[in-house]
Amino acid sequence: MSSRFIGERLARVDAPDRVTGRAVYAADISLSGMLHGRVLRSPHAHAYIKKIDATRALALEGVKAVVTAADFPALKKGGVIARGEVELNLDHIRQVALAHGKVLYHGHAVAAVAATDPHIAEDALELIEVEYEPLLAVLDPEEAMKEDAPLVHPEQRTRTRDGTLDRPSNIAATYNVSRGDVEEGFQVADVVVEHTFRTRTVHQGYLEPMAAVARADPGGRITVWASTQGNFSLRSQLASVLELNSSQVKVVPVEIGGGFGGKLNSVLELPAVLLARRTGRPVKLVMSREEVLRATYPAPATAITVKAGATADGRLTAVKMRAVFDAGAFPIAPVVAAYLTSLAPYKIPHICLEGYEVVTNHPKIGALRAPGAPQGAFAVEGQMDLLAEKLDIDSLELRRRNATQEGEPMPVGRAFNRIGLQPLLERVAAHPSWTTPLKGPHRGRGLAVAFWPGAVMPSSCNLTLQDDGSFSLVVGSVDLTGTRTTMLQVAAQELGVHPSKISVSVGDTDSVGHTEVSGGSRITYTMSNAVNQACTRMLGLLRERAAAELEVDPQELEYDTGIFSSRVSQDKRLTLTDLGRQSLRRGGPVTATGAVARMQPAPAFSAHVVDVEVDMETGQVKLLNYTAFQDVGRAVNPTQVEGQIQGGAVQGIGWALMEGYQFSESGVLQNANLLDYKTPTATDVPFIDTVILEIPASDGPYGIRGVGETPIIPPLPALANAIHNATGVRIRELPMNPEALFHAMQGRGG
Amino acid sequence: MKPFEYVAAGSLAEAVSHLDSAGPAARPLAGGTDLLPQMRYFRAHPPLVVDVKRIPELRQLSCVGEGLHIGAAVPLADIAAHPDVTRLYPAIAYSCSLVGSVQIRSRATLGGNLCNAAPSADTVPGLICLGAHAVVTGPAGRREIPVEEFNTDPGKTVLGTGELLVEVVVPPPPDRSAVSYLRFTPRQEMDIAVTGVASLLKFSEGGMVYQARIVMAAVGPTHLRARRAEGVLEGQRPTAELVSRAAEEAAGECQPISDVRASADYRRHLVGVLAGRTLLKSAEAQGIRV
Ligand SMILES: Cc1cc2nc3c(=O)[nH]c(=O)nc-3n(C[C@H](O)[C@H](O)[C@H](O)COP(=O)(O)OP(=O)(O)OC[C@H]3O[C@@H](n4cnc5c(N)ncnc54)[C@H](O)[C@@H]3O)c2cc1C
Repeated sequence: MSSRFIGERLARVDAPDRVTGRAVYAADISLSGMLHGRVLRSPHAHAYIKKIDATRALALEGVKAVVTAADFPALKKGGVIARGEVELNLDHIRQVALAHGKVLYHGHAVAAVAATDPHIAEDALELIEVEYEPLLAVLDPEEAMKEDAPLVHPEQRTRTRDGTLDRPSNIAATYNVSRGDVEEGFQVADVVVEHTFRTRTVHQGYLEPMAAVARADPGGRITVWASTQGNFSLRSQLASVLELNSSQVKVVPVEIGGGFGGKLNSVLELPAVLLARRTGRPVKLVMSREEVLRATYPAPATAITVKAGATADGRLTAVKMRAVFDAGAFPIAPVVAAYLTSLAPYKIPHICLEGYEVVTNHPKIGALRAPGAPQGAFAVEGQMDLLAEKLDIDSLELRRRNATQEGEPMPVGRAFNRIGLQPLLERVAAHPSWTTPLKGPHRGRGLAVAFWPGAVMPSSCNLTLQDDGSFSLVVGSVDLTGTRTTMLQVAAQELGVHPSKISVSVGDTDSVGHTEVSGGSRITYTMSNAVNQACTRMLGLLRERAAAELEVDPQELEYDTGIFSSRVSQDKRLTLTDLGRQSLRRGGPVTATGAVARMQPAPAFSAHVVDVEVDMETGQVKLLNYTAFQDVGRAVNPTQVEGQIQGGAVQGIGWALMEGYQFSESGVLQNANLLDYKTPTATDVPFIDTVILEIPASDGPYGIRGVGETPIIPPLPALANAIHNATGVRIRELPMNPEALFHAMQGRGG
Repeated sequence: MKPFEYVAAGSLAEAVSHLDSAGPAARPLAGGTDLLPQMRYFRAHPPLVVDVKRIPELRQLSCVGEGLHIGAAVPLADIAAHPDVTRLYPAIAYSCSLVGSVQIRSRATLGGNLCNAAPSADTVPGLICLGAHAVVTGPAGRREIPVEEFNTDPGKTVLGTGELLVEVVVPPPPDRSAVSYLRFTPRQEMDIAVTGVASLLKFSEGGMVYQARIVMAAVGPTHLRARRAEGVLEGQRPTAELVSRAAEEAAGECQPISDVRASADYRRHLVGVLAGRTLLKSAEAQGIRV
């Protein structure tokens, strides 16, 4: 069948509702009798909760309930849910939802109140009396690693490759991974560089603050509307913590206003359910922006030291990485991902990682678009430029000489299947963004390369032929990025009908099979496989029906654009409309499912080139040109692919130049608003030009690769490299905001 | 947000009587772009909010013989787009156009920017350079106050209980003079000045600096005049060396603090940079190349 809809720039099916304000988000849900909740948050970064007394709050007119961690079922230690490649620790999820015995960061949820209106709930917070016994806050990961440091979790022991250590420590885990022998590699190197690169905690910056509405039926069933990246993952989290069957929890899809990895774990849903159960009425909880910044799941601060060696002719010989990740209040940080992704672009004989995942009294970290990779690349791609400079080799040329290819081992795990890094670098080398000389004072050009392996997780869909021959496709995946539209294109392609004959919607957790989170750049890759499967099955079923109706052999029928017709006799034909009508009389309605669990990963590379101009007196960086190259395998919808690349680049630019949590010495976030936690606006970034390469992935339909995460990675090092090129100053700490750059240029930092 | 009373006053007398009887905690409301966030997030709890946008005197924007009259409730977008303002007071049009975003400027007013008394307010430095005064009415009648003396501390003005800003009057710009304002923000829009500096330069016929005014934003409890720097310039022929001496002097005169947005050192440095640049710009606007 010809490629009619794959590769088309179809307009997003959700766009009209979103831009006209008709789209329904969790905070828009309003149920009859609904109460409004607010969360009481800790004024300390670290303290024992001695006592919580809600008597005065409960006496306030309009207040219906106050809940605390004591309202959860008794805690069973060690419960985890496997969620794709990451494990979710139930204990941590419920402790983030409501602090248990101890508050672990400023803003940590302590109690939640439900009242007849949000203002009463707000007032009630002041009437809940909490007695704290403040403890020394553990804020600096490097300090926290010392033996005599105060402990965030006194019972925590360090997990290592060789088992668990004996003594309590803030180091939740160490990672020792290697290939070859780096010392040997450094011995044969002609040049060795070693520096430490630091990044701060940053937030995903999704537009829609977290929100949840919960209803608890007397029979025990729970229904939740939530701003989440995974309806099924949320269901698993709620069912496990509340000790219910998965089928007793229903998560109803609503539109989501961005997630970027920050909406994978539950935050508000558990308190909302507890309040709903207690009051017998639906309860809505909505966060303010301040709460979002203080008490959700930002991305980790890191300190990454990279020692790298190369021969005089520019061959990398060894890279050693020491990485310290601030995991915040609970373990799990993407330490290995930083190593894997940042070294993946290069053939390096000897590599090793010494990684530390450290808990502190900061909010628990979560995923942010390619978790760990931007921080790793900031260090490695910075060192690549330094090596190029020391070796007097062009920075693109150095990367070309070392670029990896199919069959080479990845830094961790298998060998690469088909990848497009080398052709991508050739494209850069020939492109005007790289070949046009840069003119003018204080201008510089920077390049960086990035890799993201992409995730594979279960996906399901149901496809139904309706009575009039149109189709309904129900997918289990939350649509963050326009995936309903791409799945519409896949279905139209495979069914051979116009997209207007197919409606696509996100199903609730009762109506479609388990589909894991929308994350890991994987929905288009894996769900297209499921949809493809459902379409094939559907056409198979319809062929049978048509053959029976026409009384011919199924093999005699050919199918084209909605019509089954006999190859033998011209007058024997049935349209989808005929089959839809007929299905109600005989055989019954036709539904086909598609479901996928495992596929090979579809790894993706990108390279960004940026030109900047630096105001030498103020340190202000102006972006002049920006070009993002990416191998996307196959662009099902080029407009959406470009949007992902541009959005990722802008987010990375913000991380590089503006964003960063500023904590006080007692662990209080000082910039908990979007004026002081700065993200770029449209006026701060130039047009992001995109260059799309299509080198088909080894597995899956159409050659698709994951697209969404890779583009956030290169801006951090590309901008550092460009600033260095413009000023001669190398910044190794983010954000590279005007004041930081100014001080570095004065020789006082950097 | 706590419950509060709201009235929309139709006349000056009505507004004054409401504000006067409700006491000092009552607040006038113009565009609300400062007041509403304060009520929502920063625990300002006025018992009474008096909307002043329907008072005719506060909605006037006119340029007559004796200067520019800007009603306190005129949105910044209207001021920035007014042909007389862009022609005769380009620095005022420019500073109005810097505030917030299109949406903010369609709500926010110059009166609100002044009465909010933030040392970072963008429209104020230019007004001070031009010697503007505020017209205020209250229970004791009408009075005029130089804009330079209007704010006394962060969030504090000279207004007494029941008093209301009616308009700001900007005298005609002096002959052979130019004003310019520059602010520094890490983000192009939707940001607050880390530092701002406005300058007025009036030249004698012979091209000497006859009068200089330099006003600094966000580097003190209120907007500050850099009087010593002005003294460096006045009576002198403008040269690059003179401008940088004045800029350095201004940097020495500011009183910055360190906060989450910038260190005091960096702010002081920026005062020097911006003062130098705004002086060159003002000179250039008068065709004087330094
Ligand atoms: C997103 C955003 C961006 C912003 N960007 C900038 C910026 O770039 N530069 C800048 O300078 N400011 C900025 N601001 C602040 C604000 O928009 C301005 O200060 C604006 O001019 C305030 O005007 P308003 O009409 O909204 O004032 P309001 O909020 O209505 O009032 C402000 C204060 O003045 C008092 N008041 C108002 N009118 C009178 C009157 N007639 N008499 C007496 N008292 C009165 C009020 O009681 C209140 O205390 C920004 C604000 C936001 C929300």
